[in-house]
Amino acid sequence: MSILVLAELDGNKLKGLAAHVVSAATAWQKPIDLLVYGSQVEEAAKEAATLSGVARVLVAQADHFAHPLVEDVQDLVLSIAKEYDVIVSAHSVLGKSVIPAIAARLDVAPITDVVEIHAPSSYVRPEYAGNIFSHVENHQALQIVTVRNTAFRPVATDGNAEVVSISAPLSRAISNWIKEDLNHSDRPELGSARVVIAGGRSLGESFEALLSPIAEKLDAAIGATRACVDAGFAPNDLQVGQTGTLIAPDLYIAVGISGAMQHIAGIKDSKVVVAINHDPDAPIFKYADYGVIADLFTALPELDKALQ
Amino acid sequence: MKVLVAVKHAVDHNLKPFVDATTGQVDLSQARRVINPFDEISIEEAVRLKERGLVTEIVAVSIGGADAKDSLRHAYAMGADRALLVETDVRLQPLSVAKLLKVIVEREQPGLIFLGKQAVGEDYGQTGQMLAALLGVGLGTFASALQLKDGSVEVTREVDKGTQTISLQLPAVLTSDLRLNEPRFIKLPNLMMAKKKAIETLAAGELGIDLANRFTVIKSNEPPQKPGAVQLASVSELISTLRKAEVLQ
Ligand SMILES: Cc1cc2nc3c(=O)[nH]c(=O)nc-3n(C[C@H](O)[C@H](O)[C@H](O)COP(=O)(O)OP(=O)(O)OC[C@H]3O[C@@H](n4cnc5c(N)ncnc54)[C@H](O)[C@@H]3O)c2cc1C
Repeated sequence: MSILVLAELDGNKLKGLAAHVVSAATAWQKPIDLLVYGSQVEEAAKEAATLSGVARVLVAQADHFAHPLVEDVQDLVLSIAKEYDVIVSAHSVLGKSVIPAIAARLDVAPITDVVEIHAPSSYVRPEYAGNIFSHVENHQALQIVTVRNTAFRPVATDGNAEVVSISAPLSRAISNWIKEDLNHSDRPELGSARVVIAGGRSLGESFEALLSPIAEKLDAAIGATRACVDAGFAPNDLQVGQTGTLIAPDLYIAVGISGAMQHIAGIKDSKVVVAINHDPDAPIFKYADYGVIADLFTALPELDKALQ
Repeated sequence: MKVLVAVKHAVDHNLKPFVDATTGQVDLSQARRVINPFDEISIEEAVRLKERGLVTEIVAVSIGGADAKDSLRHAYAMGADRALLVETDVRLQPLSVAKLLKVIVEREQPGLIFLGKQAVGEDYGQTGQMLAALLGVGLGTFASALQLKDGSVEVTREVDKGTQTISLQLPAVLTSDLRLNEPRFIKLPNLMMAKKKAIETLAAGELGIDLANRFTVIKSNEPPQKPGAVQLASVSELISTLRKAEVLQ
C-alpha cells in the first residue's frame, strides 16, 4: 500500500503547493504517488518527477481537465483510490472542495487543514480561526487529509520519479466551467511571497498608491484586510486571514490594521511581524514583533523614502 | 422551486475560546451561540431569490440540540417559511451531519441547497461538499454570486487569484462565502412573530444513520502567546532594527 498525493496545475505548470504536500506525505514513510491531471500535462509531469520523495507520477490527461470541476476530480481519484491507504491534498480552494467529497464517497471522515502529522493516524489542526490547536486521533483505516502548505517545508527537486499515464473517467457533465476572472500581477504571489505588506481600510482610496512603491522595493506581495476589501479599496484576492489567503512570509508588515482574530488567523505563521498603527492599544501590537505608533499617511511615505 | 438552507447554531465568532486545564478540551459550557454567519448569508440569499419570485419556499434545517431552535427562529425572522430541527445531544462530525441532511433533502426534494462554506468553531469546512457527493449532485463551493437559470444555476466562486464562474444542473449544493451578500437586520416584530412559529422536530437517532464519530479530539491547546511588540520610535529606527536582525537587506 502507498500514499496518493494530489497535485494542482496553474495553467500548464505545476503549482508550488505540490512540494509542500509531498513533504507532508513523507511523514508516513511509504511510497508516494503524485497525481497530476490536466489537459496539457507534459510540462507539469516533468516538474512533478523532480520532487524528491515521489516514487511515481500518475498522469491523467483529458480535455475536461483544462478547468477541473469537483465532480470530475472526484471520479478520477475514486477510480484509483482503492490502491492507497493515505490520500493527501493541499488545503487549497480545490483541495477543500474535492477532498471532503472524495472522502464521503468512500464513507470516510477526512481530517482537514492539518499542520502536524504524527503518522500513521494522529494530527494537529487549528480550530476557532487559529485560536486553538487540537490533537486528533483518526480511527479509520483510510486516512484522507488536507494539509496547510505553509506548515510543511517544500521537498527538494533532485528526484527522478517514474511517470505513468492513467486513463481518466468521462466527465459527468452535471456542471461546467464558464469563465475565470483572475487578477494578473507581476508581484510575487501572496501565498508564497517572502515579504508581504498589507493595509487595512484606513488606507482608503490611497491603498494602491501608498503600498505599491514599497512593495516594489521590497519585492513584496500586497495584502489587505476584509474590511479594506469590502470597502472596495482592494480586490478580494488580496484578502489575508481566515477567509482569505493564509500566509507565512519571513516578514509581514501590517499597516493600519487593527488585528482582528480572523485576520491574525492568516498571518500566525509569519516569521517577523511589524505593525504600524496610530492606536497604541491596537490588538495587532500583541501579535507583532516590532511596532511603530504612527500615522500611516506619514509613516508610509517615510518608509518608501528610507528604502530608496 | 423549493430551497433548503442548513443552519448551524454555532459558537459566536466574537468569542475567544479557551481550553479547560483539567479536561484539556475547549470549554464551551458558557459560550454564547448564534446562527453561523455563513448560514445567515445563505438564508439571506434564499430570501432574496424568493423576493424576486424565483423561489416559492424556504426550508431551514438545523442539526443540533434543542437550543438550535434559536438559530431556526432567526431564520424564520429573516424570511424562512418552514423550520426543521434534527435533534441530537451528541456533537456530530461533518460526515454524520451530511448523511442526516441527505435524508432531509430526499424528503423535501429542494432544487437548491445552501450550506455555509464553514461553521465558526472547529472550522472543518466539509459538510456541503460531502452532501453534494452523497447526493451525486453538482457542487459550487465558496459562492460569492449566483444567478438562477432555467434548470441550472450559475455560480461565481472565490478562487485563488480571483473568481471562477461555473454552471450547475439543479438540484445542486452551494456553500456561501462572506461576499455573497450582506444579511439584513432583523426587525423586532419579525423576531416576536418567529417565536410563535412551529419548528418540526425529528430525532437524529431515528433516521437510520450511523452517527458514530470517526476521529477523536484527544486534547486541545492554545497557541503560545507572543510577548508583544517591541515599540520603535520611528520608521528609520524600524528599518535599522530590521536590517540588524537581517530581516531586511
Ligand atoms: C466570519 C468572519 C470572517 C472574517 N475573515 C476575515 C479575514 O479573512 N481577514 C480579515 O482581515 N478580516 C476578516 N474578518 C473581519 C475582521 O473581523 C475585521 O473586521 C477586519 O480584519 C478589520 O479590518 P481593518 O483592520 O482594516 O479595520 P479596523 O478593524 O477598522 O481597523 C482599522 C485600524 O486602522 C488604524 N488606523 C486608522 N487610521 C489610521 C492612521 N491614519 N494611521 C495608522 N493607523 C490607523 C486603527 O487604529 C485601527 O486599528 C472576518 C470577520 C468575520 C465575522
